[in-house]
Amino acid sequence: MAKVTFREDECKGCGLCVDACPKGILQLSKDKINKKGHHPAECAKPEECIGCASCAIMCPDCIITVER
Amino acid sequence: MIVFEKPKSLTDVPLHYCPGCTHGIVHRLVAEAIDELGIEGKTVGIAPVGCSVMAYDYFSCDMIEAAHGRAPAVATGVKRSDPDNLIVFTYQGDGDLASIGTAETVHAAARNENITVIFINNAIYGMTGGQMAPTSLPGQVTQTSPYGRDVKACGYPVKICEMLSELEGPEYLERVTVNNVANVRKAKKAIKKAFQNQIDGKGFSLVEVISSCPTNWGMTPKEALKWIDDNMIPYYPLGVYKDRSAGILGGKKED
Amino acid sequence: MKGNEAIAEAAIQAGCRHYFGYPITPQTEIAAYMAKRMPKIGGTFLQAESEIAAINMVYGVASAGKRVMTSSSSPGISLKSEGLSYLAGADLPALVVNAQRGGPGLGGIQPSQSDYFQATRGGGHGDYHMIVLAPSSVQEMAQLTIKGFELADEYRMTSMILADGTIGQMMEPVSFDFDIKEAPAKPWATTGTKMAREHNVINSLYLNPELLEKTNIERYKKYEIIAEKEALAEEYLTEDADIIIAAFGIAARVSRNAVNEARANGIKAGLIRPITLWPFPEKVFAKAAEHAKQIISVELSMGQMIEDVRLATQCRIPVSLCYRVGGMIPTPDQVYQAIVEASEKGGK
Repeated sequence: MAKVTFREDECKGCGLCVDACPKGILQLSKDKINKKGHHPAECAKPEECIGCASCAIMCPDCIITVER
Repeated sequence: MIVFEKPKSLTDVPLHYCPGCTHGIVHRLVAEAIDELGIEGKTVGIAPVGCSVMAYDYFSCDMIEAAHGRAPAVATGVKRSDPDNLIVFTYQGDGDLASIGTAETVHAAARNENITVIFINNAIYGMTGGQMAPTSLPGQVTQTSPYGRDVKACGYPVKICEMLSELEGPEYLERVTVNNVANVRKAKKAIKKAFQNQIDGKGFSLVEVISSCPTNWGMTPKEALKWIDDNMIPYYPLGVYKDRSAGILGGKKED
Repeated sequence: MKGNEAIAEAAIQAGCRHYFGYPITPQTEIAAYMAKRMPKIGGTFLQAESEIAAINMVYGVASAGKRVMTSSSSPGISLKSEGLSYLAGADLPALVVNAQRGGPGLGGIQPSQSDYFQATRGGGHGDYHMIVLAPSSVQEMAQLTIKGFELADEYRMTSMILADGTIGQMMEPVSFDFDIKEAPAKPWATTGTKMAREHNVINSLYLNPELLEKTNIERYKKYEIIAEKEALAEEYLTEDADIIIAAFGIAARVSRNAVNEARANGIKAGLIRPITLWPFPEKVFAKAAEHAKQIISVELSMGQMIEDVRLATQCRIPVSLCYRVGGMIPTPDQVYQAIVEASEKGGK
């Protein structure tokens, strides 16, 4: 079971992970605002994550951890 | 099992870069290379002046902050102080490496100084707010080229890999980019090779990373990555410009 | 041995194994000596692409905690000034030699002392000082080079040997019987963490103004200690002197002859020769001003050190200037005439 976690408060909401996800299951949160004032990235459908780490590879802030 | 996490040779200090700036990706690739080669304890990094001036806070190896453009000279000093035991890299932007520090870059390459140079080319001065860089494209609008870079008045961009490939000295020159997952993987390979070359005593290895500056390009991070494909790569073709050990000797290409 | 060679040999004896430079007259003997010797003793001699590159290579070795030096002459020192400021901002020890020639601009290649302001006021941007040592013999070229390395390490700052073309080219016997202090441990140096400590950072950037202010004030407290402990001058016949010559380097050698001539003719003249130009030996001058009637500053400049002499004596007695510039050197007779003139004005 693959799992992707975000260090939410360090996210700058750039959205590069969202575009990189081959399953299209990441999004910028619509309701949350983090400490930096950004809408942080989150996984909308965790059960569909394949653990490919494409999101983490594109994340400029190194806030994503991927487990498989 | 963790398949991806922040590399050990990055500190916990959050990066100060703008949202979507690819500096962070390249920092991570450098740190991954250092981790995988097991050289953090013997590595000294040289930070430039520019957006990545505070790289010394982000890498957990020993770090030195150099004057603008002088990183290759500082790296030369550090490396020569203990050539058998230290691994030395510089991390420089286009203003630092290709404008004010051109002489230091060219001569470190000519000497085949056994150092690793990571060159971030995003065709703009980011830290000072978006002025024309030595690598800004013809016609590119910046704060100091508000009508687009006019090559009649300010000349043409400096193509570092092409220029250095004419020299006998350097071991390895490659241009990569980080605008999608596949390209990041290729960039990682090049950066790791640039460190491995130093470990093997092969000499000057430079990786030019075509990067984005969404803020000063006036685009979203996503648009900026596309702009790399549409505008930067046609002008700055990716690839290996020199790899002496692999028999790619640089110099003028036959058409 | 030539003065420039004495510097080079002394540096090697002080444990300096890294030299970076760019050719410029009149100090090339230093580079030539290093080029010959360094490869034989496992050291580095590197002819850099510019003075700017050379001083930044020095910055690199200094960061890594090793004794290191560069040498140049006036126009080259202007180029190195950027690096000198960064060395100061990062509190790095290094030795820099300036065999001064006439300026401004390309000037000439003959001896001069017109970089006094540049050397004693720092030269580059920002609030800082270097320790400035002024040899006046070939023996002192060697001795002060060693002292320069020792002080640089002790106080984590740059020492400059402010010499001139004459002493650099002069040949005199030198004794190298020195008791040399080895470089102290440098736990701050970037030698690789060996995964055994936090990373060291060599840096001169402070984006927090309060922190930059605090750092500068701390550095100036160190400068006060240096001024108190390290100021050095040689006094010659000053005890009963009415007229005192202030001169350093080659000007002091010339002046000494003039003082002897004056004494032979019944004029009570003496000489104060600052050996450290920064810190300036203020106390020696202040004491002299208690009994002397006049001071003549003899310089190979349009009058630079004279300002420090006036400050040190708080203008309590008249201070006049006797000078030649552009590569010209005052003769003993010129200095003697200045003494005579001063004594006729009531200096006796």
